[in-house]
Amino acid sequence: MSISGKAYIVGAYEHPTRKAPDKSLAQLHAEVALGALQDAGLGKDDVDGYFCGGDAPGTGPLSLVDYMNLKVRHADSTNIGGSSYILHVNHAAQAIAAGKCDIALVTLAGRPRSEGAQKGAPQRTDNPMQPDFPWEQPFGMTTLNAYAMCAMRHMHQFGTTPEQLAWVKVAASHHAQHNPNAVLRDVVTVEDVANSPIIADPLRRLDCCVISDGGGAVIVTRPEIARSLKRPLVKVRGAAEAIKHLSGGDVDLTYSAGATTAPLAFGEAGVTPADIKYVSLYDSFTITVIVQLEDLGFCKKGEGGRFVADGNLISGIGRLPFNTDGGGLCNNHPNHRGGMTKIIEAVRQLRGEAHPAVQVDGCDLALAHGTGGLLGTRHGSATLILERE
Amino acid sequence: MSILSDALEHHPETQPFWSALGEGRFLLKHCRACGRAHWYPRAICPFCTSADTEWREASGDGTIYSYSIMRKAKEPYAIAYVTLAEGPTMMTNIVDSDLEAIRIGGSVRIAIGKRDEDLLPLFRLA
Repeated sequence: MSISGKAYIVGAYEHPTRKAPDKSLAQLHAEVALGALQDAGLGKDDVDGYFCGGDAPGTGPLSLVDYMNLKVRHADSTNIGGSSYILHVNHAAQAIAAGKCDIALVTLAGRPRSEGAQKGAPQRTDNPMQPDFPWEQPFGMTTLNAYAMCAMRHMHQFGTTPEQLAWVKVAASHHAQHNPNAVLRDVVTVEDVANSPIIADPLRRLDCCVISDGGGAVIVTRPEIARSLKRPLVKVRGAAEAIKHLSGGDVDLTYSAGATTAPLAFGEAGVTPADIKYVSLYDSFTITVIVQLEDLGFCKKGEGGRFVADGNLISGIGRLPFNTDGGGLCNNHPNHRGGMTKIIEAVRQLRGEAHPAVQVDGCDLALAHGTGGLLGTRHGSATLILERE
Repeated sequence: MSILSDALEHHPETQPFWSALGEGRFLLKHCRACGRAHWYPRAICPFCTSADTEWREASGDGTIYSYSIMRKAKEPYAIAYVTLAEGPTMMTNIVDSDLEAIRIGGSVRIAIGKRDEDLLPLFRLA
């Protein structure tokens, strides 16, 4: 069963905070939920489906559904890391198409800055019972060096350069200058990235995303309800998810699970990469964007570095505007999870509500895509193709 | 600091690996049904699902598939994926070597040793 055209995103809200020492985690979830509901013109009691990821405190959705005093007949707390929320929209569309719920709320929130998240190379908080734990954690694997090994291999195999990686950050910074809520608003150059401190070869500080508190939420509903509301219609046209891992030792760090999701999502939507006017790509690191662009088919494998160079991702300048909110590299990366803000900026673009300086003209088809977990070990990719109707 | 020893009580499946490592032997899991070695070791072959897997001593030779030097640490260290002569690629550290001399494709040799308090299958440049 295809979900194409069976569900619409009618509410989207990004919390303006980037540091929230005076708010609880559950409070942040409730605030973003309310923000998205108000955006849609709906109320709490309209919600009958709830979706959350691993950032939700408690057993799956239970504590937050209780805290927000929701009455739901469908819930899903699938956790594939930061891309979970893109997957949740897919699952919400499936549930709506199957009649399991009518109005789905998806929330993300977190306060790593207020909880004292360490900058640089924080030890991962993986579970010692994970089967992979003894084979990775004792070697000092962090998020940083796991992604860095992907970048190193990409450079070796395809000739990708540090300057090409830097162009991803440069493009994000050009967009972030227009976002008053962005953590980093200064426009940077390729030289600025190259001169930033090396963290884990070949990644430098400015190749890495920000750490921020905050969150976001979206509301997904049936076509009839979407049409009864006053917001522009943003239709879910195609969606897919997949998991990639180390394959019993058959390791290939040059591609992501996006290589699997892309043909599925584009196939369901009945469009091609050439039709996409705007992309939101999870930019945990600059290399993540390059690998995902290749896997999604915006360029051939190995050509992502050349594709992003010379401002090709900058709105108004390049062929494929990306992350016009400044992305995780400059704007916001709430709770180390970048999927939700990718959906929200895609919705803004399709509604024509992005900042005028970065709004893409005639943006009628957008793609939001994320890689959650670690590109360098195991991760879940999720792709969403959205259309302005 | 010991990251490993606190975790191993949860992993009886791979206890023979760590016991052998303590005796200076680096073991790999091979599948007698499909003939392939895999990493990390499992009771059931991840390729053919046979439970007829056995521990065999590995050659200890490999080449670097990828690596990164973590500079944001008290002491810089090299993490790497090493492709073993037997086929599988595993995560490890490159130790007892000039970190600046590490290259993808470079030959490495097993160097069982301690990282913090943990005895691990580490490698050095060959």
